[in-house]
Amino acid sequence: MTPAKKTAAGSSAAQRKSGPAKVRQPKLPKPAWDVSEVDEWGPEEHQLGATIPEAGNSVYNETGGWRSQRPEFHPEKCDGCMLCYFYCPDAAIIVENDRAVGMDEAHCKGCGICAKECPRGAITMKAEEKE
Amino acid sequence: MNVTGVEEEVHSHTEHALWRAGNGACAGCGMSLGLQWVDQALDGEKPTMVVPACCAVVTPGSYPTTAFGVPAVATTFASSPSVATGVSRVRQMNGEDIPTICWAGDGGTYDIGLATISGAAERNEDIIYICYDNEIYGNTGGQRSSATLPGARTSTTPAGKHEPKKDIMAVLVAHRIPYAATLSLAHRDDFLRKIRVARRLRGFRFMVMLSPCPAGWKSDPAEGIDLVRAAVGCGLFPLYEVFDGRRYRINARPDGTALEDYLSRQGRFRTPSFDHAATRAAIAEQWAYLDAMEAAFPAGPREGSDVPAAPPPPPIAPEANGPVTGP
Repeated sequence: MTPAKKTAAGSSAAQRKSGPAKVRQPKLPKPAWDVSEVDEWGPEEHQLGATIPEAGNSVYNETGGWRSQRPEFHPEKCDGCMLCYFYCPDAAIIVENDRAVGMDEAHCKGCGICAKECPRGAITMKAEEKE
Repeated sequence: MNVTGVEEEVHSHTEHALWRAGNGACAGCGMSLGLQWVDQALDGEKPTMVVPACCAVVTPGSYPTTAFGVPAVATTFASSPSVATGVSRVRQMNGEDIPTICWAGDGGTYDIGLATISGAAERNEDIIYICYDNEIYGNTGGQRSSATLPGARTSTTPAGKHEPKKDIMAVLVAHRIPYAATLSLAHRDDFLRKIRVARRLRGFRFMVMLSPCPAGWKSDPAEGIDLVRAAVGCGLFPLYEVFDGRRYRINARPDGTALEDYLSRQGRFRTPSFDHAATRAAIAEQWAYLDAMEAAFPAGPREGSDVPAAPPPPPIAPEANGPVTGP
C-alpha cells in the first residue's frame, strides 16, 4: 500500500552532492472504500449500477513494477523548466516549490518520455535491477 | 452500503482530479497525457466525463477501481454523444455550468459512434467532444480503423491498409458546429488554449488529438511526444481550428521535418506496400485544401483572449417539480 518502504526520509542530505536524487515518496491515505475483498462480495456489497463511490481509487494500485527502465533524476543539472512534469503521462513527477524534485516510484511506468524531453539531460534512464 | 456516504472523502494527496495515477494505460500512453492536460486547462474545474468503449474505459481499471477523479459514465461504443446529450441537458435544467466532455477513441468516433456524433452535432448539444486518435483499435488488439493511415500495418491489415484516412474534421465541420480543432501533444500552449476556447464557447465543440500509441505504432514509448512533433512538423497532422464550420485558422505550418523522420521510427510503416510518394501527395493535397479554405474563409488573427466568453445558456424547460436529481 505505502510505496515508501525503502527510501528513508533522512537520507536526502547525504545524496545531495552527486548522483541520482532520492526523494521522499508520497504517502497515500487509507482507502475510503475498502475493495480488498471484492472477490468474496455478494449482491449486498456490490453497488447499484456498478457505481464506484470513491473517485480515483486507482492511486492505490502500484504500477511501478511494470518498469524495465528506471528514471534517475540529477538535480544539479535541472534548471526547473518543468517539462518533465508537463509531459509525464502518469503524473509521476514529484514537484516541490515549483521544481521537479524526483519521481513517484510507485506509479512511474518507466516510459522514458521525461528523459527524452528534458532539454538539460537531468533525467537518465537506467535498466531496472532486481532488488 | 450507502453510496453517498463515501463521497465526502475528498483526496488531497493528488492535485490531478481528472485522471489519476495507478491506471492501466501503457507506459508512454498519449491518451493518458491528454487527460492530464485537459485537467490542467480546466484550472481545477471538474467536468462530467462520458466515455464510450475505448482505452479510456478499460485502462482506469476494472470494477471496483477507477482512475477518473470526476464523475464519469461508461457507455456503449456507439452511444457516448447520446448519453452526453442527456447529461448536458440535465445540467442545463438544473442551471449548473459544468462542462460535459466526451472522451472517445478513433474507433468510437470515426467508425462506430459516427451516427450519434452527427446527431448530437446537428442538434448542437452543449458538449465538448474530444477524440484521441491513435489510428488503431488499441485495446482490442490493434485492428484497423478508418483513422488508420494508408500503408500502415495493423493486426487486420498485415500487409498495410489500402484505403485513405477519413477526414473526420471535414465531416464535423460540415455540420457547422461552433468549434472544431486539432490538438497536438507536442504543442502544449496551443493545446491548453484550444481547450479553454472550447470551454468558453457553447454548443457542440469537437476536437481530435493525435495520440501516440507505443503498442499499436510499434514505437519506443519514450518517442511518443517527439513523434507527434514530427507528425505536425512534416505536415501529416495539420494543426488548425474552424469556427462556426466556416472560418478557418491554421495554427502550425510544416517546418520542414522529413516525412521519413516520422515514419522510420514506427514499426507499423515497415510494410512493402507503403507508398511514400502517395503519402507526400496526400499531404500536399490536404494543405492545398486547408490553405484555400483559410484564404477564402479566414478566422482573422487571434485576439488576446481568443473569443469573448459566451453567457451561460438560459435553463431549458424547467420542470414544475424542481430540479432533476439523481435516484
